[in-house]
Amino acid sequence: MELLIFYPLAIACVVLSMLVVFNSSPIASAMSLIGMMLCLAGVFVVLQAHFLAALQVIIYAGAIMVLFMFVIMLLNLSDDDKQWVARERNLFLSVSAGALILGVLYKFIDITSGTEFNSPAEVPDTFGTVRQVGTTLFTDFVLPFEVASILLLVAMIGAVVLAKSKVD
Amino acid sequence: MVPLSHCLILSATMFSIGVLGVLIRRNAIVVFMSIEIMLNAVNISLIAFDRYMNQHDGQIFSFMVIAVAAAEVSVGLAIVIAVFRNKPTVNLDEFNLMKW
Repeated sequence: MELLIFYPLAIACVVLSMLVVFNSSPIASAMSLIGMMLCLAGVFVVLQAHFLAALQVIIYAGAIMVLFMFVIMLLNLSDDDKQWVARERNLFLSVSAGALILGVLYKFIDITSGTEFNSPAEVPDTFGTVRQVGTTLFTDFVLPFEVASILLLVAMIGAVVLAKSKVD
Repeated sequence: MVPLSHCLILSATMFSIGVLGVLIRRNAIVVFMSIEIMLNAVNISLIAFDRYMNQHDGQIFSFMVIAVAAAEVSVGLAIVIAVFRNKPTVNLDEFNLMKW
Protein backbone atom coordinates (compact mmCIF):
# COMPACT_ATOMS: atom_id res chain seq x y z
CA MET A 1 0.00 0.00 0.00
CA GLU A 2 2.77 2.41 0.91
CA LEU A 3 4.58 1.44 -2.25
CA LEU A 4 1.53 2.39 -4.32
CA ILE A 5 1.78 5.90 -2.89
CA PHE A 6 5.57 6.03 -2.95
CA TYR A 7 6.17 5.16 -6.60
CA PRO A 8 3.94 7.83 -8.22
CA LEU A 9 5.35 10.45 -5.86
CA ALA A 10 8.91 9.37 -6.60
CA ILE A 11 8.34 9.38 -10.35
CA ALA A 12 6.72 12.80 -10.10
CA CYS A 13 9.73 14.05 -8.12
CA VAL A 14 12.19 12.81 -10.73
CA VAL A 15 10.16 14.13 -13.68
CA LEU A 16 9.64 17.53 -12.08
CA SER A 17 13.31 17.88 -11.19
CA MET A 18 14.20 17.01 -14.80
CA LEU A 19 11.80 19.76 -15.85
CA VAL A 20 13.61 22.18 -13.53
CA VAL A 21 16.89 21.45 -15.27
CA PHE A 22 15.66 21.33 -18.87
CA ASN A 23 13.15 24.18 -18.96
CA SER A 24 14.42 27.22 -20.79
CA SER A 25 12.30 29.69 -18.84
CA PRO A 26 13.36 30.34 -15.21
CA ILE A 27 9.76 30.89 -14.10
CA ALA A 28 8.73 27.47 -15.43
CA SER A 29 11.74 25.96 -13.64
CA ALA A 30 10.68 27.56 -10.39
CA MET A 31 7.11 26.29 -10.82
CA SER A 32 8.41 22.76 -11.43
CA LEU A 33 10.61 23.08 -8.36
CA ILE A 34 7.58 24.00 -6.24
CA GLY A 35 5.79 20.89 -7.53
CA MET A 36 8.88 18.83 -6.77
CA MET A 37 9.00 20.12 -3.18
CA LEU A 38 5.33 19.26 -2.66
CA CYS A 39 5.78 15.72 -4.04
CA LEU A 40 8.82 15.36 -1.83
CA ALA A 41 6.74 16.33 1.18
CA GLY A 42 4.46 13.43 0.22
CA VAL A 43 7.48 11.11 0.12
CA PHE A 44 8.44 12.30 3.60
CA VAL A 45 4.95 11.51 4.87
CA VAL A 46 5.23 8.00 3.43
CA LEU A 47 8.54 7.65 5.29
CA GLN A 48 6.80 8.74 8.52
CA ALA A 49 8.54 12.09 8.82
CA HIS A 50 5.41 14.16 9.33
CA PHE A 51 7.14 17.12 10.95
CA LEU A 52 9.73 17.31 8.18
CA ALA A 53 6.96 17.12 5.57
CA ALA A 54 5.25 20.13 7.13
CA LEU A 55 8.57 21.98 7.28
CA GLN A 56 9.20 21.12 3.64
CA VAL A 57 5.91 22.66 2.57
CA ILE A 58 6.23 25.73 4.79
CA ILE A 59 9.92 26.58 4.33
CA TYR A 60 10.81 25.24 0.89
CA ALA A 61 7.59 25.52 -1.09
CA GLY A 62 6.46 28.53 0.91
CA ALA A 63 9.42 30.73 1.76
CA ILE A 64 12.41 29.76 -0.38
CA MET A 65 10.48 29.43 -3.61
CA VAL A 66 8.70 32.73 -3.04
CA LEU A 67 12.17 34.27 -2.73
CA PHE A 68 13.19 32.63 -6.01
CA MET A 69 10.08 33.85 -7.81
CA PHE A 70 10.55 37.30 -6.36
CA VAL A 71 14.14 37.53 -7.60
CA ILE A 72 13.25 36.13 -11.05
CA MET A 73 10.48 38.69 -11.46
CA LEU A 74 12.65 41.47 -10.04
CA LEU A 75 15.46 40.79 -12.51
CA ASN A 76 12.96 40.33 -15.39
CA LEU A 77 14.80 37.40 -16.96
CA SER A 78 12.62 36.79 -19.96
CA ASP A 79 15.07 36.07 -22.77
CA ASP A 80 18.33 35.43 -21.01
CA ASP A 81 18.75 31.67 -21.30
CA LYS A 82 17.74 31.01 -24.86
CA GLN A 83 21.05 29.85 -26.25
CA TRP A 84 22.71 26.76 -24.82
CA VAL A 85 26.44 27.03 -25.38
CA ALA A 86 28.24 23.71 -25.06
CA ARG A 87 31.53 23.77 -23.22
CA GLU A 88 34.62 22.48 -24.95
CA ARG A 89 34.97 18.71 -24.65
CA ASN A 90 37.57 17.10 -22.47
CA LEU A 91 37.85 13.35 -23.04
CA PHE A 92 39.96 12.63 -19.96
CA LEU A 93 37.56 14.42 -17.61
CA SER A 94 34.51 12.77 -19.19
CA VAL A 95 35.96 9.27 -18.90
CA SER A 96 37.17 9.77 -15.35
CA ALA A 97 33.83 11.27 -14.23
CA GLY A 98 31.96 8.36 -15.83
CA ALA A 99 34.24 5.83 -14.14
CA LEU A 100 33.76 7.60 -10.82
CA ILE A 101 29.96 7.54 -11.12
CA LEU A 102 29.97 3.87 -12.12
CA GLY A 103 32.20 3.03 -9.16
CA VAL A 104 29.96 4.92 -6.77
CA LEU A 105 26.83 3.21 -8.12
CA TYR A 106 28.48 -0.21 -7.89
CA LYS A 107 29.52 0.39 -4.28
CA PHE A 108 26.06 1.73 -3.54
CA ILE A 109 24.32 -1.40 -4.84
CA ASP A 110 26.92 -3.55 -3.11
CA ILE A 111 26.24 -1.95 0.26
CA THR A 112 22.46 -1.69 0.09
CA SER A 113 22.02 -5.28 -1.05
CA GLY A 114 23.76 -6.50 2.11
CA THR A 115 21.83 -8.60 4.56
CA GLU A 116 21.81 -6.04 7.38
CA PHE A 117 19.51 -3.86 5.33
CA ASN A 118 16.86 -6.55 4.98
CA SER A 119 15.45 -6.22 8.47
CA PRO A 120 14.23 -2.73 9.25
CA ALA A 121 13.59 -1.72 12.82
CA GLU A 122 10.00 -1.74 14.04
CA VAL A 123 8.88 1.83 14.49
CA PRO A 124 6.03 2.99 16.71
CA ASP A 125 3.10 4.96 15.28
CA THR A 126 4.32 8.13 16.97
CA PHE A 127 7.58 8.07 14.99
CA GLY A 128 8.39 11.37 13.35
CA THR A 129 5.70 13.42 15.06
CA VAL A 130 6.39 16.92 16.33
CA ARG A 131 6.61 15.66 19.90
CA GLN A 132 9.22 13.02 19.13
CA VAL A 133 11.36 15.20 16.88
CA GLY A 134 11.06 18.14 19.25
CA THR A 135 12.14 16.02 22.21
CA THR A 136 15.23 14.92 20.31
CA LEU A 137 15.90 18.45 19.08
CA PHE A 138 15.75 20.03 22.50
CA THR A 139 17.60 17.34 24.45
CA ASP A 140 20.42 15.90 22.36
CA PHE A 141 20.71 18.65 19.76
CA VAL A 142 20.26 21.90 21.67
CA LEU A 143 23.65 23.32 20.69
CA PRO A 144 23.23 22.71 16.93
CA PHE A 145 19.77 24.25 17.18
CA GLU A 146 21.16 27.43 18.73
CA VAL A 147 24.02 27.51 16.22
CA ALA A 148 21.43 27.24 13.42
CA SER A 149 19.68 30.32 14.80
CA ILE A 150 22.98 32.24 14.75
CA LEU A 151 23.55 31.02 11.18
CA LEU A 152 20.17 32.35 10.11
CA LEU A 153 20.87 35.68 11.80
CA VAL A 154 24.21 35.96 9.99
CA ALA A 155 22.56 35.05 6.67
CA MET A 156 19.89 37.69 7.24
CA ILE A 157 22.45 40.40 7.96
CA GLY A 158 24.58 39.26 5.05
CA ALA A 159 21.65 39.38 2.63
CA VAL A 160 20.72 42.88 3.76
CA VAL A 161 24.30 44.12 3.43
CA LEU A 162 24.81 42.50 0.01
CA ALA A 163 21.55 43.68 -1.50
CA LYS A 164 21.87 47.23 -0.19
CA SER A 165 22.01 49.71 -3.04
CA LYS A 166 25.32 51.44 -2.32
CA VAL A 167 27.94 50.86 0.35
CA ASP A 168 28.40 54.20 2.02
CA MET B 1 6.96 -0.31 4.10
CA VAL B 2 9.15 1.21 1.40
CA PRO B 3 12.45 -0.65 1.04
CA LEU B 4 15.51 1.36 1.94
CA SER B 5 17.18 0.76 -1.39
CA HIS B 6 14.29 2.36 -3.29
CA CYS B 7 14.58 5.54 -1.25
CA LEU B 8 18.32 5.57 -1.81
CA ILE B 9 17.86 5.11 -5.54
CA LEU B 10 15.41 8.02 -5.61
CA SER B 11 17.90 10.08 -3.66
CA ALA B 12 20.80 9.18 -5.97
CA THR B 13 18.70 9.92 -9.07
CA MET B 14 17.65 13.32 -7.85
CA PHE B 15 21.17 14.16 -6.73
CA SER B 16 22.47 13.28 -10.19
CA ILE B 17 19.81 15.48 -11.80
CA GLY B 18 20.90 18.32 -9.54
CA VAL B 19 24.56 17.84 -10.47
CA LEU B 20 23.56 17.77 -14.14
CA GLY B 21 21.71 21.05 -13.73
CA VAL B 22 24.68 22.71 -12.06
CA LEU B 23 26.98 21.48 -14.82
CA ILE B 24 24.94 22.26 -17.93
CA ARG B 25 22.96 25.38 -17.10
CA ARG B 26 24.30 28.91 -17.38
CA ASN B 27 21.52 30.77 -15.63
CA ALA B 28 22.64 31.49 -12.06
CA ILE B 29 19.10 31.21 -10.68
CA VAL B 30 18.54 27.79 -12.26
CA VAL B 31 21.91 26.69 -10.87
CA PHE B 32 20.66 27.68 -7.42
CA MET B 33 17.51 25.63 -8.01
CA SER B 34 19.65 22.63 -8.95
CA ILE B 35 21.54 23.04 -5.68
CA GLU B 36 18.18 22.96 -3.91
CA ILE B 37 17.38 19.70 -5.72
CA MET B 38 20.66 18.23 -4.45
CA LEU B 39 19.96 19.31 -0.87
CA ASN B 40 16.49 17.75 -1.07
CA ALA B 41 17.96 14.52 -2.42
CA VAL B 42 20.25 14.34 0.61
CA ASN B 43 17.22 14.92 2.85
CA ILE B 44 15.48 11.90 1.32
CA SER B 45 18.33 9.56 2.16
CA LEU B 46 18.71 11.01 5.67
CA ILE B 47 15.02 10.48 6.38
CA ALA B 48 15.01 7.01 4.83
CA PHE B 49 17.92 5.87 7.02
CA ASP B 50 16.22 7.49 9.96
CA ARG B 51 13.01 5.55 9.41
CA TYR B 52 15.08 2.46 8.93
CA MET B 53 17.11 2.77 12.12
CA ASN B 54 14.19 3.99 14.27
CA GLN B 55 16.07 7.08 15.42
CA HIS B 56 15.33 10.76 15.06
CA ASP B 57 18.86 11.99 14.45
CA GLY B 58 18.46 11.99 10.68
CA GLN B 59 15.39 14.18 10.89
CA ILE B 60 17.32 16.67 12.99
CA PHE B 61 20.02 16.62 10.32
CA SER B 62 17.41 17.30 7.64
CA PHE B 63 16.14 20.17 9.75
CA MET B 64 19.66 21.62 9.82
CA VAL B 65 19.96 21.08 6.07
CA ILE B 66 16.75 23.05 5.54
CA ALA B 67 18.06 25.86 7.77
CA VAL B 68 21.35 25.98 5.86
CA ALA B 69 19.48 25.93 2.54
CA ALA B 70 17.40 28.91 3.61
CA ALA B 71 20.53 30.82 4.61
CA GLU B 72 22.31 29.85 1.41
CA VAL B 73 19.44 30.92 -0.82
CA SER B 74 18.99 34.29 0.85
CA VAL B 75 22.70 35.15 0.66
CA GLY B 76 23.10 33.67 -2.83
CA LEU B 77 20.20 35.56 -4.32
CA ALA B 78 21.45 38.75 -2.66
CA ILE B 79 24.81 38.16 -4.36
CA VAL B 80 23.02 37.61 -7.70
CA ILE B 81 21.17 40.91 -7.26
CA ALA B 82 24.40 42.71 -6.32
CA VAL B 83 26.18 41.33 -9.40
CA PHE B 84 23.17 42.08 -11.60
CA ARG B 85 23.41 45.70 -10.53
CA ASN B 86 26.97 45.95 -11.88
CA LYS B 87 26.37 43.91 -15.00
CA PRO B 88 22.80 43.18 -16.11
CA THR B 89 23.06 39.46 -16.76
CA VAL B 90 22.70 36.22 -14.79
CA ASN B 91 24.77 34.18 -17.23
CA LEU B 92 27.45 32.48 -15.16
CA ASP B 93 29.99 32.56 -18.00
CA GLU B 94 29.95 36.35 -17.87
CA PHE B 95 30.50 36.53 -14.12
CA ASN B 96 34.20 37.33 -14.00
CA LEU B 97 34.32 40.12 -11.46
CA MET B 98 36.71 38.25 -9.21
CA LYS B 99 38.97 36.91 -11.95
CA TRP B 100 42.45 38.43 -11.80
